[in-house]
Amino acid sequence: MRIDIDALTVDIAGARLVDQVTVGAADGQLVGLVGPNGSGKSTLLRCVYRALRPSAGAVRIGGEDLHALSTRESARRLAALPQDAVAEFDFTVAEIVAMGRLPHQGPVARTTDEDRRLCADALEGVGAGHLAERGFLTLSGGERQRVLIARALAQQPRVLVLDEPTNHLDIAHQLEVLALVRSSGLTVLTALHDLNLAALHCDLVHVIDSGRIVASGAPHTVLTTELLADVFGVRAHRVAHPGTGALQLLFDLPPARPTS
Amino acid sequence: MDCEKALRGAAAVRGRSSSRRRTARGESDRPVATSLDRISSEPSRPARVGTGSAPPRRVPLPLLLTSLCLALSVSLVCGAGLGASGLSWAEVLRYLWAGLTGGAIGPDEVPAYTIVWELRLSRAVLAAVVGAGLSAIGVAVQAMVRNALADPFVLGISSGAAVGANAVLIFGVLGALGIWALSTAAFLSALLAMVLVYAVARTERGLTPLRLILTGTAMYYGFSAVTTFMVFAAERGEAARSAMMWLLGSLSGANWAAVPIAAGAVLAGLAHLGWSARRLNALAMGDETAAALGVDPGRLRKELFLVSAAVTGAVVAVSGAIGFVGLMVPHAVRMLVGADHRRLLAVAPLTGAVLLIWVDILSRVVLAPAELPVGVLTAVIGVPCFILLMRRRAYSFGGI
Repeated sequence: MRIDIDALTVDIAGARLVDQVTVGAADGQLVGLVGPNGSGKSTLLRCVYRALRPSAGAVRIGGEDLHALSTRESARRLAALPQDAVAEFDFTVAEIVAMGRLPHQGPVARTTDEDRRLCADALEGVGAGHLAERGFLTLSGGERQRVLIARALAQQPRVLVLDEPTNHLDIAHQLEVLALVRSSGLTVLTALHDLNLAALHCDLVHVIDSGRIVASGAPHTVLTTELLADVFGVRAHRVAHPGTGALQLLFDLPPARPTS
Repeated sequence: MDCEKALRGAAAVRGRSSSRRRTARGESDRPVATSLDRISSEPSRPARVGTGSAPPRRVPLPLLLTSLCLALSVSLVCGAGLGASGLSWAEVLRYLWAGLTGGAIGPDEVPAYTIVWELRLSRAVLAAVVGAGLSAIGVAVQAMVRNALADPFVLGISSGAAVGANAVLIFGVLGALGIWALSTAAFLSALLAMVLVYAVARTERGLTPLRLILTGTAMYYGFSAVTTFMVFAAERGEAARSAMMWLLGSLSGANWAAVPIAAGAVLAGLAHLGWSARRLNALAMGDETAAALGVDPGRLRKELFLVSAAVTGAVVAVSGAIGFVGLMVPHAVRMLVGADHRRLLAVAPLTGAVLLIWVDILSRVVLAPAELPVGVLTAVIGVPCFILLMRRRAYSFGGI
């Protein structure tokens, strides 16, 4: 199902964090949102998974205005992996995944066999079935991320929103996380720090700078040396991946700039 | 971490040798599927150093709930039976039966009946209500401020109640209300404290965990200072002693008249928390995650604040500030049934009820005929448990 963010604006305490952003992802596309720290990626995504109310603009899923739905209803259409890192309560992996069923359950309804099956399938689907009874806090970063993806899949959403899903992961787990969300077949909107990961995996990237979208399109057309110099302040060299021919980037700081 | 890397390396080697399994997923052309499959093909992958495997901590819930209900009934009978007056168990059971069924007793038995039914049983029931309320609110507050060290008193409500209670005990405020003066004053000042804490902690983004804890703690010190000042300003030594008794918690003022209001507040609070158990799970994971799961964290936190404050106020009004139950019981129960709030909120109130009945019995018999404040005994039991708990936490969460 497609998702459209239409002229979305966020003002907080007089500062405009997101300014008239219009981006979209077609059914089944993996769309990346890249930009420097503080450019508004997370703020934009928070509006999409409804942790924040936009000051203006709309988010539409399959043409339906997300903010006109109840939070429960929108959570049935859209699942998210926010950047929360809570290490206070020792839930088991199975309990964490079961939370994905929350938007589908009444407050006092019993967990059905269907719920249990969906959770087990989701956990198997990310290759973490054997972790079900482990404490979430005892898992490594890569295992945790897979479990959280399973929770999002158990939510049976149409659209998946990810905020820096590869943060703090080693390279194998970074590749694995993106392969997993790609294999889900869902429409995916993800913020990414790593431009090479974005270039390899995304069908489409949107570059955001100071709250505005400055470029959109396929990675190899958007991630030009000029744009990377403008937005990220780095000198980039475009090279072809020796195996696949895909665009990859090498970086250094421009010599004219002081390094401080 | 070095050990983990070594394990992962070993797993990768094994994964390469079993590459045929990859085709089962139909993704053999994707190089990254290797990393997926190698891990899923390691069902008994060793846990991180120092964490051990999943602890066998789950006690079957039906068994646990049945035993706790049984223990609660037995404890109530013991609460009515144990004491300094030397009544036999046969007499105690006969009086309890008479009280329950409205049966007749002889005129010479009235004093003994009064002790069992009017004094001891009402006190045991109130202890159960208070224990259940404090434990459940402890669970709720810990999820609300997302801090495992929080308890019902961290919001400053109880120390607010203490100001009202001590005004009655020391200065005789609200004397016109007679026996109701103490609990009325305590409840009113608890509500006032709640309004204050809410007004200070609130921001445009609603109630945030850290602001709530900091505001509650600051208010706690403020109210405690007022209470301490009143104790020192008191002219009568006995009044200061009563005030101290109240501050440490005591059920010595219990009677049947106090039960309905406290029980009503606790039951209503339990009903709301049971209704919100799934949302509490989501909230415990973080505000952003809660929102992504369709739970409005701001609204839920407001509801929890109101429920916690009302139940704490009602409970503290009849028993004083009994410490440690609201902190210790939620943690002890988590060790038994895990962190899921549906199980937690079923087991914790029963556990708290049983615990407080026994602590109250001890407080009556240890120095009989003198009474110890309940807070002294909960602390005597609570502090060692808490230290054990902390060490256990350091052990099981080591490296994080």
